[in-house]
Amino acid sequence: MSKIRVLVGTRKGAFVLESDGKRQKWTVSGPHFAGWEIYHIKGSPVDPNRIYASQTSGWFGQIIQRSDDGGKTWNPPGSKPEDLVGPEGMPKGESNKFAYDTSDQTGRPLTTHQFYDGSQHPWEFKRVWHIEPSLTDPDTAYAGVEDAALFRTTDAGKTWHELSGLRGHPSGPNWMPGAGGMGLHTIVIDPTNPKRIFVAISAAGTFRSDDGGATWKPINRGLKSQFLPDPSAEVGHCVHRIDVHPSRPSTLFMQKHWDIMRSDDAGESWTEVSGNLPTDFGFPIRVHAHQPDTVYVVPIKSDSEHFPLEGKLRVYRSKTGGNEWEPLTNGLPQENCYVNILRGAMAIDRLDPCGVYFGTTGGQVYASADNGDRWNPIVRDLPPVLSVEVQTLP
Amino acid sequence: MIRVGLPYHLRNLAKVGPEVELDVPPPVTIHTVLSALESRYPVLRGTIRDHGTLQRRAFLRYHACGKDISFQDPNAPLPEAVASGSEPLLIVGAVAGG
Repeated sequence: MSKIRVLVGTRKGAFVLESDGKRQKWTVSGPHFAGWEIYHIKGSPVDPNRIYASQTSGWFGQIIQRSDDGGKTWNPPGSKPEDLVGPEGMPKGESNKFAYDTSDQTGRPLTTHQFYDGSQHPWEFKRVWHIEPSLTDPDTAYAGVEDAALFRTTDAGKTWHELSGLRGHPSGPNWMPGAGGMGLHTIVIDPTNPKRIFVAISAAGTFRSDDGGATWKPINRGLKSQFLPDPSAEVGHCVHRIDVHPSRPSTLFMQKHWDIMRSDDAGESWTEVSGNLPTDFGFPIRVHAHQPDTVYVVPIKSDSEHFPLEGKLRVYRSKTGGNEWEPLTNGLPQENCYVNILRGAMAIDRLDPCGVYFGTTGGQVYASADNGDRWNPIVRDLPPVLSVEVQTLP
Repeated sequence: MIRVGLPYHLRNLAKVGPEVELDVPPPVTIHTVLSALESRYPVLRGTIRDHGTLQRRAFLRYHACGKDISFQDPNAPLPEAVASGSEPLLIVGAVAGG
């Protein structure tokens, strides 16, 4: 029988939740990296025992951790002395080092971006928001960082190199931080074309590369953001999350700051599909494992009040690719609930019926083993949940 | 033998106790002690000072012999008591938050 492993990143450590395919009884291990913020933790689809974690701290900076045994043990890759010294005694790169590439050969000058007050502000590395393991090679992974840039490792996390064409895009000076910082928080690799990568940045928008990350184009036509002087500007949009179905990777779904959006041409144009949602503000958006037109969101009251409407925690599901949405409430609190669900805190497993999981800022991780029809908490009292990923194991 | 005190999270990261002992050839300065520390515990690279500039991270301080020496020239000799190992160089996390 299949097994499920849910990887949870929180403000104070990581947790690994495991169950058999029934998804009713769970074991919980953790906290791993107790006391550190775990922005993201995700396993390789090629080798599910290979898991990468972004461990970060305002005091001590960025650490990358790697497990090669399914989350039982962890080590920062490349941190052994012999890993760090080359044959001639020269120091090699470090797993914790995320240096913007400003070299003449492959880099771009370190420029400025727009700050909250409209002034220009230098790019400064702060943390890794998202790690996206390659779909074909367990030693390759991409990292989305704050201030926004994309890095890649090809040696299982020992060294990271910036794909500087994104940060160096001419629109960079018009990018600006969202409330949580100027993070590159979403990376989606096209499963049918590994050269095609989508990323989303708050608050710059969505970008696509068709050459493996060397060059990028903004793909935000159709987005409207009232906080911008030109609401339809090419960049500056606060895109919260995008997702695709593996069988139809040219169809993207987006939870923007406000608005649920859909593109059927790989992001060339977007149309709003918020439809009958009670509010279209929110953070995560995920597509069903087997039904490319079934989409999940968690509406939040507003950008000023980051909690569910009327204190009722409701996941909304559309089976029509948007516009028509139904509330899913069975097993979720329907009074006095004022948690938030962050952009990276929702995941879908690959079983049939598929499981849906999300974590809250109140420390609950909810699971549904039946496409979202009924929910149960796996855990109730973790630290605030930053990210949830799930692995479907044989 | 030079003694270095580490804050809780860096002890856990390096898998060491509250204090580590290091051989540091003279001159004994903040930079030479930290280089020896990072050489022995490479996971600490970047956690105390920047990888490239070697500047102290904003939320960390260096204490020695009851004094805050965070703003001392990092290439200046440390007090004899630290160089002789009778007093530790303390790396201290700033109290931020309440």
